[in-house]
Amino acid sequence: MSISRQERNLAGRRRGDRIFGFVGLGATVLGLLVLVVLIVDVAKDGLPNLNWEFITSFPSRRPGQAGILSALVGSIYMLSLVALIALPLGVGAAIFLEEYEKRGWLASLIQINIQNLAGVPSVVYGLLGLGLFVRLLGFERSLLSGALTMALLVLPIVIIAAQEAIKAVPPSLREAAYALGATKWQMIWHVVLPSAFPGILTGVILALSRAIGESAPLITIGALTFIAFLPDGPFSPFTVLPIQIFNWVSRPQAGFHDRAAAGILLLLAVLLSMNAIAVYLRNKLQRKW
Amino acid sequence: MGMNKTNIRHGAAAIMGVLSLVAAACAPTTPPPSSGGNPSQVKLSGLIKVDGSSTVFPITEAMAEEFQKANRGVKVTVGISGTGGGFQKFCSGDTDLQNASRAISKTEQEACAKNNIGYIEMPVGYDGIAVVVNPKNTFATCLTVAELKKIWEPEAQAKVTNWKQVRGAFPDVPLKLYGAGSDSGTFDYFTLGINGKEKASRGDYTPSEDDNVLVQGVSGDRNAMGYFGAAYYEENKSKLKAVQIDSKGDGKCLGPEEKMIQDFSYHLSRPVFLYAKATMLGRPEVKEFVKFYLESENATKLIKEVGMVPLTASLYGAVQKRVDAKTLGTAYLEGATAKTPLADLFK
Repeated sequence: MSISRQERNLAGRRRGDRIFGFVGLGATVLGLLVLVVLIVDVAKDGLPNLNWEFITSFPSRRPGQAGILSALVGSIYMLSLVALIALPLGVGAAIFLEEYEKRGWLASLIQINIQNLAGVPSVVYGLLGLGLFVRLLGFERSLLSGALTMALLVLPIVIIAAQEAIKAVPPSLREAAYALGATKWQMIWHVVLPSAFPGILTGVILALSRAIGESAPLITIGALTFIAFLPDGPFSPFTVLPIQIFNWVSRPQAGFHDRAAAGILLLLAVLLSMNAIAVYLRNKLQRKW
Repeated sequence: MGMNKTNIRHGAAAIMGVLSLVAAACAPTTPPPSSGGNPSQVKLSGLIKVDGSSTVFPITEAMAEEFQKANRGVKVTVGISGTGGGFQKFCSGDTDLQNASRAISKTEQEACAKNNIGYIEMPVGYDGIAVVVNPKNTFATCLTVAELKKIWEPEAQAKVTNWKQVRGAFPDVPLKLYGAGSDSGTFDYFTLGINGKEKASRGDYTPSEDDNVLVQGVSGDRNAMGYFGAAYYEENKSKLKAVQIDSKGDGKCLGPEEKMIQDFSYHLSRPVFLYAKATMLGRPEVKEFVKFYLESENATKLIKEVGMVPLTASLYGAVQKRVDAKTLGTAYLEGATAKTPLADLFK
C-alpha cells in the first residue's frame, strides 16, 4: 500500500519536474525567439545593403550612396584608444587592490566605489566627460575626449575582471616565486600577470564590446553626426556606429532605414567578432593547474 | 611554463599587430587633388564646425557633402544638439555655424553678447508641420485652427476623445492622437501656432521624438490624427492623408504644399536659419561655404532633394547681400514674428 503511494508521490514529483523543465525551456525559447525575430527583421532590410561599397563610402544625403566608413573607422579608432587607456589603468588598480592593499579601509573604500561606478548610468559619464575633457582640459569634441570618457565608463568592468583573474592565480605560485628569491614586483610581473593575462584580456574585450554599442555618453560630449572624412589623429572630430545608425533611423526616407539596418548588422558583426576573439584567446592561453 | 609564456607573447604580438593595422588604417590620407569646383580660388582648407537643429540638419548635410566634394581640403562637421543646445555651443564660441529652426531667442542673444560672439542671421528655407490622418478617414479633409485647438489644447485632456466632439457632422468614432515629444521644436511651434502658447498641450496622446514612430502610428490606426515635419509626410504620402488647415475660419483650406509654406499662407509653416559667427567669415573656406549654401540654384536643388522647402530665388540674393554687408544681429526685432514675411525682414 505505502509503496504504491510513494510511487504515486514520486510520479507526481517527476511530473512537476517535467512541467518546470518545460516552463524553463519556454522562457529560454521566448527570449531567443525575440532575438531571432529582431535579427531576421534587421537582416531582411539590411543584408541587400550590406556590401563593400556601403563599408567604404562616406555618409550622404542620398540614401542609395550613404556609407558607413567614417563611423566604422571612428568606432575602431576610439576603441583602440579606450583599450590603450583602460588596460594599464585597470590592471594597475587591480594589482594594487589584490596584491598591495588587500585589506584595510582604503581598499574597501575603493572597492565599494568601483562597484558603485559600475552601476552608474552611462549618460552621467558623458556629462563628466563634457565638463572635464571637453571644457576644462580643452580637448574639444575630439576622439581623445570620447575615448577618455568611454575609458572611464568601462574602467570598473576592467578592474573587476582583472581582480578576478588575479585572485584566481593560486597562492602556491606566489609562494614558489618568493621561495626562489623573487621580490614582490618580480613575483607580480613574472608570475601573477602572465597567469592572469587570459582573464584580463577577456575582461578588456568584453568591456570594449560594451563601449562599441554606447552612444549616450558620446552624444552628451557632442560627437558629431555628419562626418565625411577619416580622423587624422586623436584630436580629430569623429562619429561612431551607433550615432550614425540612430541618425539614419530617424530620417524620413525609407532608403535610410535600410542603411540603418545594414549598419546594425555591421555593428553586430564587429561585436560578435570581438567576443569570438575573446573566447579564442581565453581558450588558447588558459592554463590549468 | 616556457610554452605558455611564448603563447602569451604571441597573443600580445597579435594584439599589437591589430592595433598597428588600425593605426595604419586611420593614418591621414593625402587628399586627392582638388576636383576644381572652385577654379578661380586658391585651394581651400580648414575645418568648419556646424551644430544645432535636427530639422535643418539634412540641408546642411547636403551642403557639406557637395561642398566637400568640390573642395577636398575642407572638412565640414555637422552635429545635432537641437536648436537650443546648439545655440549654447555657438554662443560660447565652440562652433562656427549654427542650424536653427527658429530665430535666436532673447536669452541666447544675451549669451552671445556676453561672450563677444557677433553673428550673421540667414534664413535658408522653410519647414512646414503636416497635420495628418489615416487615408481611410474620409471626413477630416479640412479643419479650422479653432477645431485643431479644441483637439489639442490642455483643457481637452481626457474630454475630447471622439471625432464627433470636434465637429457635429463627424462620425461617432474614437479619436486617437499622435504628436511630437515635448523636447522638439516641432512641439513648440505646433503648440504656439494652434493653442496660442508655446508648450501648452494636452498630455494624453502618444508622443515621440522620432517622427517615423508617429508615421507608423497614424498609418496603422484609422481613427488616428497626428502632426510632424512635412518632410515625413512627403515621404509617406501613400500611407497618410494630410489635413488641410483653414487658418482664418473663412473656408479657405490649404495643405502643406511648397507654395503655401513659402508665403506662410499655410498655417503651420516657419522659416529655418543658419547663423554664422562673424569673425569666421574672415576665413576663406567659411565664406565660400556660406556662399555655396546661399547660391540660389544650388540651394533650391539640394533643399528640395532632402524634402524641405527652399526660399524663393530673390530672397537668397537678399540674404547673401546681408552677409556681404556683414550685417550683425537678428532681424527679428520688436514686433516681428515667425510669420512676418521674410522679404520684409531681409531686404
